Amino acid sequence: MTIKSLLPYAFLILILGLVQLLFLKNLALFGHAFGFLYLLGLLILPGNLKTIPLMLLAFSLGFVLDIFFQTIGMHTAAATCFAFFKPIWLKISSPTGGYDEAEEPSLSQIGLGRFVTYAFPLLFLYGVVFFIADQWGTGGFFMVLSKSFFSALFTLMLAILVQLLFFRRKRGI
Amino acid sequence: MGRILQFLYRVRAFLLFAFLEFLAIWMIVANNSPQGAAFFNSSNEAVGNALKKQADVVQFFSLAEANEALTAENAALLKQLMALQVAPDSMPLALDSLLEASYEFKGARVIGNSLRFSQNYLTLNKGSKQGIKPGMGVFNSQGAVGRIKSVSENRAVAFSLLNTSLLISSKIKTSDVFGSVQWDGGNTSEVNLLYVPRHVKATKGDSVVTSGFNAVFPEGILIGVISNVEVNKKDSNYLSITVKLSTDFSKLSYVYLVENTSFTELDSLYKQSELTNDY
Repeated sequence: MTIKSLLPYAFLILILGLVQLLFLKNLALFGHAFGFLYLLGLLILPGNLKTIPLMLLAFSLGFVLDIFFQTIGMHTAAATCFAFFKPIWLKISSPTGGYDEAEEPSLSQIGLGRFVTYAFPLLFLYGVVFFIADQWGTGGFFMVLSKSFFSALFTLMLAILVQLLFFRRKRGI
Repeated sequence: MGRILQFLYRVRAFLLFAFLEFLAIWMIVANNSPQGAAFFNSSNEAVGNALKKQADVVQFFSLAEANEALTAENAALLKQLMALQVAPDSMPLALDSLLEASYEFKGARVIGNSLRFSQNYLTLNKGSKQGIKPGMGVFNSQGAVGRIKSVSENRAVAFSLLNTSLLISSKIKTSDVFGSVQWDGGNTSEVNLLYVPRHVKATKGDSVVTSGFNAVFPEGILIGVISNVEVNKKDSNYLSITVKLSTDFSKLSYVYLVENTSFTELDSLYKQSELTNDY
């Protein structure tokens, strides 16, 4: 994994972060489903990026968002958790034998079915941590679960849409 | 010893994970405790500037609406002024300190606003240099908006009324019964009026205004209109009253800030009598 190969990802994360800040800040479908599109930038980082740099990246990304959103610590906690479980889940959710470390787990590389099984639980986990931090002591647990579920669903749809629209299709070998 | 180190090295990712989570939770707690200074927030200079640029663009589109509201308010104020103007044949009389205005008003623009969390904050484009202080009340022509949390030189952060940790002392206008308004984290156009005893007759459509007890807002700033009254299920001594907010929080652009100039006197009085005044 060289610095050069990371550049496109850095660019993508920057763009997605800006979109998150400028457009998705106050967007919540039915007050329930939040779009955490910037997580797509973390999701498609290749499997051979180690947990520690990934976690540090997620931590700083969440922190920057938190400063802008006035939600100090909430995105940070959720994104760090997300980053910790991402490599583990990527390994588990990959078919045995067919796991390629350098592969980028994006829609065009691993297909829709695998992408959904890979991304959805992670997004749900992110939502659970985020909404527990948000609703601490006020909302019920059911509210946290339903918000996480619908946010994960909404984010997943956004992520798929963005990949279909803006990602160049790579030829399979 | 070597094996312990080896073990620690093997679980280094988890250790870092635990450490970072701890850091994040510490930040959440430090930010939400009322005494804890907010270290990182949007009153920071660079972040504030970025937010302001964004607000400049977004609010350009609602300028016409903002102007209309201002004109309407100006007209109402002019009318009041006419009624108050003294005839030229009278003699000016120095006011007694009792009648001295104890509130000072300032204006500011909202450059950052959130609605979707249970702890929502506003960022304003003025700060300590322009005379904004923590604890000032925030309202606009529609009604109450919130209270200043912290200020930097040129920016300020305020609790929105849509913040579950903010309580505002308020009363039902027709009956003068007072209670506290608090948001429950759900619907962004409704808040609850708490601590109103059961014997009180509250009807749908009554206005709820600030009580003036809390030293943040002057008396009589509109909060909303009662939309539902029922007996509290948890504690049947109290009513649970839902208030429809008069302020549209999704369209905040310009706000007024109010400072109670007799606050220090009041505060020291409360301290003397060993009362805590939760505003």
